[in-house]
Amino acid sequence: MAERLTCIVCPLGCALRVEVDGGSAHVTGNQCARGLDYGRQEALDPRRTVCSTVFVRGGSWPIVSVRTSEPVPRARIMDVMGELKKTVLQAPVEVGRVVITNVAGTGADVVATRCVDKG
Amino acid sequence: MIELEVDVAVVGAGPAGLAAACAAREAGARRVLVIDRNSWLGGILPQCIHDGFGVEETGHSLTGPEYAEMYVSKARALGVAIMGGAMVLELRGDRHLVVASPKGMHSISAGSVVLAMGCRERTRWHSLIPGTRPSGVFTAGVAQAFVNLYNRMVGRRVVVLGSGNVGLIMARRLRLEGAHVVGVVEALPEATGLPRNVVQCLEDYDIPLYTGHTVTGIFGRERVESVEVSRLDPEMRPVPGTSSVIECDCLLLSLGLIPENELSRGAGIEMDQSTGGPVVSQDLETSVPGVFACGNCLHVHDTVDMLAVESRRAGANAAAHRSQITRGRGCAVRAGPGVRYVVPQLIDSPGTVELSLRSVEKLAPATLTVRSRDRILLEKRLRYASPPNMIKVTIDVDGGVLSSREMEVSIDG
Repeated sequence: MAERLTCIVCPLGCALRVEVDGGSAHVTGNQCARGLDYGRQEALDPRRTVCSTVFVRGGSWPIVSVRTSEPVPRARIMDVMGELKKTVLQAPVEVGRVVITNVAGTGADVVATRCVDKG
Repeated sequence: MIELEVDVAVVGAGPAGLAAACAAREAGARRVLVIDRNSWLGGILPQCIHDGFGVEETGHSLTGPEYAEMYVSKARALGVAIMGGAMVLELRGDRHLVVASPKGMHSISAGSVVLAMGCRERTRWHSLIPGTRPSGVFTAGVAQAFVNLYNRMVGRRVVVLGSGNVGLIMARRLRLEGAHVVGVVEALPEATGLPRNVVQCLEDYDIPLYTGHTVTGIFGRERVESVEVSRLDPEMRPVPGTSSVIECDCLLLSLGLIPENELSRGAGIEMDQSTGGPVVSQDLETSVPGVFACGNCLHVHDTVDMLAVESRRAGANAAAHRSQITRGRGCAVRAGPGVRYVVPQLIDSPGTVELSLRSVEKLAPATLTVRSRDRILLEKRLRYASPPNMIKVTIDVDGGVLSSREMEVSIDG
């Protein structure tokens, strides 16, 4: 099974070709070692940091920006969004506050990235 | 009129202004005041809720608001004074600012000034897109503020014009919030944003990218109903007969950033047409003594990390400035063949200078040359040179170069 990927590590954006065989991946088309690692990771277990907003009641802003504490599997992005949609916080909210633990069973938490005062 | 006297006045509390203000305090300036028109601090950062900020600076990939918080806390801890909700109406050549705020009009006299106003976005009218004038046409940054600060959704069926980073980021954002993003339209043959964003904003969500095309008409009575998209020939002209209509209720425009310099022009500061910002010396001082410039109002940066490095220098230099010092005539730095712009545009004292520049076109590999009359100061082989990626080189400037009065930077394939 071969996959074509664009490497994102540097602006060259090399066209990678990754052959996946079971749990291992063979990468070609890279011009450096970082591209090798990226191609492997992206083909075997692509992950993304999800950043969005959640509702805040009683605050000086109607929403607060949040992020996942670590990248989650790409296939679970919309499940994470579904959990965020259901979340309502009460002001005040501090940067770094854990808003959801183990979101959608991914192992990552969701943390607030901004302060919202009562208002 | 409320009269104030400060040592360093910083216009703008975005990443550039905050970094400059912190550096000014650390360099020993006693009264440092940052003035910002918004009720919040951090400038554009609080609405940039995606990550990728501060990687070089902190080793972590922070979101915009987290990066802003880092500097706001630092500024407060250092005793930087902050005036929010205040608009600087005028900057005078004697480093005098006229400021309007809810408390009233202020007349502020400053030992030195740092300009950090950032950018504005190109609008529909810069490109003169024909059609009707319905609601639902937003620049990408404005749509970002609506969605990420004010919890207002901008549309359900969206077309994005322009594949720069802001457009790509907003394509993803709106998709995540449930809109159908019909596609991103880009005039050039390739996306202009980072490959990372093409992958993580478009490919991840199967959002099509239509290169070599542009929006040639906007239609709808009260609200956008559709846009006309046409293919472009190699001279960037719409090809007759290639137009198609895309139904949508929202058009986002990501057409580029323009440094905001109304204050600079009003103060009679010499401007560089190729950057859209002031002409500055290697100390980031403008043609008006004691007035410095940094950040996106000077030239549009690629990353906030690089912007912060520059802004810290501007702040430190502003703190060290003595108004009696007059500038020497120095050496003009010109953008030669293959170079769109170079900052600084003037070097007026010997030493090590870092040049920031952008190439005109994409070349791989490329050779960068810095020459002064017939003397080659630097010749560097680059793996690639591309306009969206700022190039930085360091050169040593001696008395001979200064007296030659001229330096040119060029890029060759």
